[in-house]
Amino acid sequence: MSDPISPLSGARFDGIAHIEEAGPAGMITLRGDLASKPVKSIAATVTGAKLPAQGQIVFGKTGAVAWMSPDELMLFCAYEAAPAGVELATASFGAAHGLAVDVSDARAKFRISGPAAREVMGKIFPIDFAPGQFEPGRFRRSRMGQIAAAVWMEADGSFGIICFRSVAEYAFALLNESALPGSAVGIY
Amino acid sequence: MSTRIAKQGRLIDRSRPVTFTFNGKPMKGYAGDTLASALLANDQMLVGRSFKYHRPRGIVASGAEEPNALVGLGLGARFEPNQRVTTTELFDGLCASSQNHWPSLEFDVGAVNAALARFFPAGFYYKTFIHPRAFWKHVYEPVIRQSAGLGQPPKEADADRYEHFYAFADVVVIGGGVAGLMAAKTAAATGARVLVMEQTAHWGGRAPVDGGEIDGQPAEDWIAATVAALKALPNVTLRTRCMGAGVFYHGYLLGYERLSDHRPGAEGPRHRLWRVRARQIVTATGAIERPLSFAGNDVPGVMLASAMRDYAVNYGVIPGQKVVVVTNNDDAYRTAIALKRAGAEVLRILDARATGGGTLMEEARSLGLRVDCGRAVAKVAGGKRVSKLAICAQEGSGAALEEIACDSVAMSGGWSPVVHLWSHCGGKLIWDEAQAMFRPDPAAAPVGADGAGFVLAAGAANGYMGLGAGLADAAAAGKSAAQAAGFKAKKSALPAVLEPEEAPMVPVWMMPAAASPELRAKAWLDFQNDVKVADVQLAAREGYESVEHTKRYTTLGMATDQGKLSNINGLAVLSDALGQPIPQVGTTTFRPPYTPISFGAMAGDARGELFQPLRRTPMHGWHEAHGVDWEPVGQWRRPFAYLRDGETPHDAVMREVSNTRQAVGILDASTLGKIIVKGPDAGRFLDLIYTNMMSSLKPGKCRYGLMCSENGFLIDDGVVARLDEDSFLCHTTSGGADHIHAHMEEWLQTEWWDMKVYTANVTEQYAQIAVVGPKARAVLEALGGLDVSKQALPFMGWVEGELGGIPVRIYRISFSGELSFEIAVKAGYGRALWDQLIAAGETFGMMPYGTEALHILRAEKGFIMIGDETDGTVIPQDLGLDWAVSKKKDDFIGKRAQQRSHMTDPARWKLVGLETLDGSVLPDGAYAPAEGVNANGQRNTQGRVTSTYYSPTLGRGIAMGLVLNGPDRMGEVIDFPGLNGKTYQAKIVDPVVFDKEGEKQNV
Repeated sequence: MSDPISPLSGARFDGIAHIEEAGPAGMITLRGDLASKPVKSIAATVTGAKLPAQGQIVFGKTGAVAWMSPDELMLFCAYEAAPAGVELATASFGAAHGLAVDVSDARAKFRISGPAAREVMGKIFPIDFAPGQFEPGRFRRSRMGQIAAAVWMEADGSFGIICFRSVAEYAFALLNESALPGSAVGIY
Repeated sequence: MSTRIAKQGRLIDRSRPVTFTFNGKPMKGYAGDTLASALLANDQMLVGRSFKYHRPRGIVASGAEEPNALVGLGLGARFEPNQRVTTTELFDGLCASSQNHWPSLEFDVGAVNAALARFFPAGFYYKTFIHPRAFWKHVYEPVIRQSAGLGQPPKEADADRYEHFYAFADVVVIGGGVAGLMAAKTAAATGARVLVMEQTAHWGGRAPVDGGEIDGQPAEDWIAATVAALKALPNVTLRTRCMGAGVFYHGYLLGYERLSDHRPGAEGPRHRLWRVRARQIVTATGAIERPLSFAGNDVPGVMLASAMRDYAVNYGVIPGQKVVVVTNNDDAYRTAIALKRAGAEVLRILDARATGGGTLMEEARSLGLRVDCGRAVAKVAGGKRVSKLAICAQEGSGAALEEIACDSVAMSGGWSPVVHLWSHCGGKLIWDEAQAMFRPDPAAAPVGADGAGFVLAAGAANGYMGLGAGLADAAAAGKSAAQAAGFKAKKSALPAVLEPEEAPMVPVWMMPAAASPELRAKAWLDFQNDVKVADVQLAAREGYESVEHTKRYTTLGMATDQGKLSNINGLAVLSDALGQPIPQVGTTTFRPPYTPISFGAMAGDARGELFQPLRRTPMHGWHEAHGVDWEPVGQWRRPFAYLRDGETPHDAVMREVSNTRQAVGILDASTLGKIIVKGPDAGRFLDLIYTNMMSSLKPGKCRYGLMCSENGFLIDDGVVARLDEDSFLCHTTSGGADHIHAHMEEWLQTEWWDMKVYTANVTEQYAQIAVVGPKARAVLEALGGLDVSKQALPFMGWVEGELGGIPVRIYRISFSGELSFEIAVKAGYGRALWDQLIAAGETFGMMPYGTEALHILRAEKGFIMIGDETDGTVIPQDLGLDWAVSKKKDDFIGKRAQQRSHMTDPARWKLVGLETLDGSVLPDGAYAPAEGVNANGQRNTQGRVTSTYYSPTLGRGIAMGLVLNGPDRMGEVIDFPGLNGKTYQAKIVDPVVFDKEGEKQNV
């Protein structure tokens, strides 16, 4: 089987921040009782991370776990590891009520880095990206221009974004526009 | 004449000369000039014509309140009309042209209106053009529109970029004058995050011009030190050229930053719209001087006293050599003194107050200036600039006592706090009798979600006009704002202030107090819209009591300056005419933005390819490369058809339908909604969501289902596949994917929260490819890897496996009546599988087909389409889908509604096929008339066309429609009048016109 094609085949742009499509990436929607044993163990096995608090993402050795809603998590892992992760989750739930779905192909993932990254993000997300307000481990489901998107900060200070695959080109063009030379806001 | 003097000019850089043009005439200025100061330095007094009478107009103010001096700025893709010269920073190569005149600024034909002014009273247009009715639309309006309007619209697309920025602050201070800086200082001292916006390019506002000492140093030095101190704080952001444009609910605030208006074409965005969430807002927006209403106050050369002072001190420009100052307050004496010091001849100071002013008057007298108390302007004479002035007693009707020749007049009617931003979100005002001004009522601030105020006014904007009082008020406001935002206030000492004592002002709403009708008809209130004292008085006599109605009737304050100079004077005249006190008459509504902001800033990045997100399937690029004719489907683009050499879209569609019926077609069905429903209660849940039974579906099988709203109307349809004991995959329409998922979650979360069901929208996880036609199986077999025989994969079954080495799930379902396989594949492999199928299909004559062919194929089979056969008022029973509405189930969404009398009425229109007698194609949406008329006198109808196409399979038009008693009228012919004059005769037939037995799909 050939390799999967990410929506933009790893497109990049360098402006006042570095924009890159960071796919393909493994993503699993995990729904269930977040306090239950199976959920904790599935998340730990797939990602090596503990469960995040509301509005947080926790990074582990093989992935990360993000808080999506009171009964939903997003597990990040290697693209190839997602189907096995779903199988493991389904087996772990057993008779317990839960849902694990591979959504790796449904989404596009981006990484934004560089000194003006906070400002580039602040032009398109209605989120406070000021230092001290948005730091590594923060995870928000929000809006990016006219589309739904989730955003978080990695340990190295870069931003991660996921949005739906069909609008990947819009997302990339929007990020590029926001990172055009000469457009730094000079606030962060 | 108006000229540049050799000294002074704190904002200009004489070492950097700048050239620009006005109406094509080259002129010189300096870096730091505004276009206004540069025009005045070049003795350009006449800058435009008024809206209604085309009167000559000159610069009257020095800031955002300027009503007259609007120009068209720039050329081509950077042309912008209605730009204020007073807020336009000069740059090399600036190109400005005046507006609202023909053929030229100096000689204007429209000025004949002025000669006929007595025939153009308030409400002239309403009164004159009301009869005959039909004339307004066809005669009057086109002519009036030709001659009205200030600037010209740009003809080219905007060359610049614009962007938004989302900012957050504990305290936002609007206005960077001394009050704003003081408020920022005390707020920042608490540790609060502070954002300060100043609309001009300079900090300090009026204080450097007006004088006074702060903490033992000139105001200008204190400003520089304070700005430096604020800049050094990590919790403070300072922005110049950034106007607080509007205050909205919940501390939402818009800032309008002009980044490159003063250096067009510079890298980066031209304007940035700041979308700010503030915990607290301090409006330190200062005050605006009021004109005086005397006859001829609109002649070029008559200016606000403060503006004249600004031009002299800031730019080294004196707008006149022989000046008369007229005032009702002490502040205007500062202008007389400044002009005298700048070398102008100040002929006279006319003080309308019987006893004159205080220490500033004494200072003026000591400089040798003549002050006449209790005196007023009877009339200013002059055409394109002031030539002379008649003096009279303020308490009188305007009999001239003396005439003096002069070339300019500085007027001051007192000051009005800029309460706009305070008022945008509901802040109330109180009338301050002593200072004759509306000021913010601290007890009625705009309130946030918690019911507490979130806006504080500070300094002059709060009615504290003196330097010391303003600073003290601002310091307190900054502190209170930080406290309200949750910070602990620090003690701080107030700066010591040295300023002259001022005598009280005396309100003067008309000059002289009992001006004759002739003078009142020449005393302007609204310079831009040509509204005079006489017009407002006429409106009052005609019964307009509300200030809002008077405004609309006279157009007072409705010009692009939104009445910044005219509102208070106008309502004072109205209150006098009505015999009611001013506070009872009240003000008109202050609405954002404070001054007009660009459309570009509002749109931000949403233009060009970012105007709207476009959704693309994984095969989008292939379609683009293969002659696609796109059809927008929501935000998706779907192939309508694929054009081959020289084909019209219609040709292509015909070919695609025939090829699919005869050989094989391939369709990108990726946009179909796909929702996973899982849990022990999933079957029970779907039995309630769908009208038919889903819980009885066996794993490995598919079933077509209908969804209705609580009101019983059809909202979506699609095929459900049971994946295992407790998981289902529900297909929705392309447009339904999101809202049907939301519909399911809504019921699960709000009504059936006890059900153990989880849903997930996996629409975009899979690309979906339909291979359709007699040779479809052969194509899949050529790819290999999966048994798709009739036995292994019967109709309405599904299998999983690998096709051409790619994992897939294949549903044996058909929306065309043909042998049909819908292949779901992970989106990342969608294009790869598509390419393999295209290659494998070549030997079988496979062709891609688009949405129009899909429609024809389904219509030939009588399959309904949500949105064609349904429109939100149609129930399944109308469409003959009773078989898909369970009679066994206790309940499902819509069941109760479908039992109501209107829904069971046998007279509801029902679905039938329609066959034209001549084989032509019925017009889409056409109605069939019936006998008689309804209560509204409209013809009765008995049916309408819901889908209509040319069928290449049958070689004639086919259609479906909803018809009264349709199924009982088979064979009957009814008429459908078309818009083209032709009446189509159509026979009522079975909606299924092709392969009724379903033999083709069952092979």
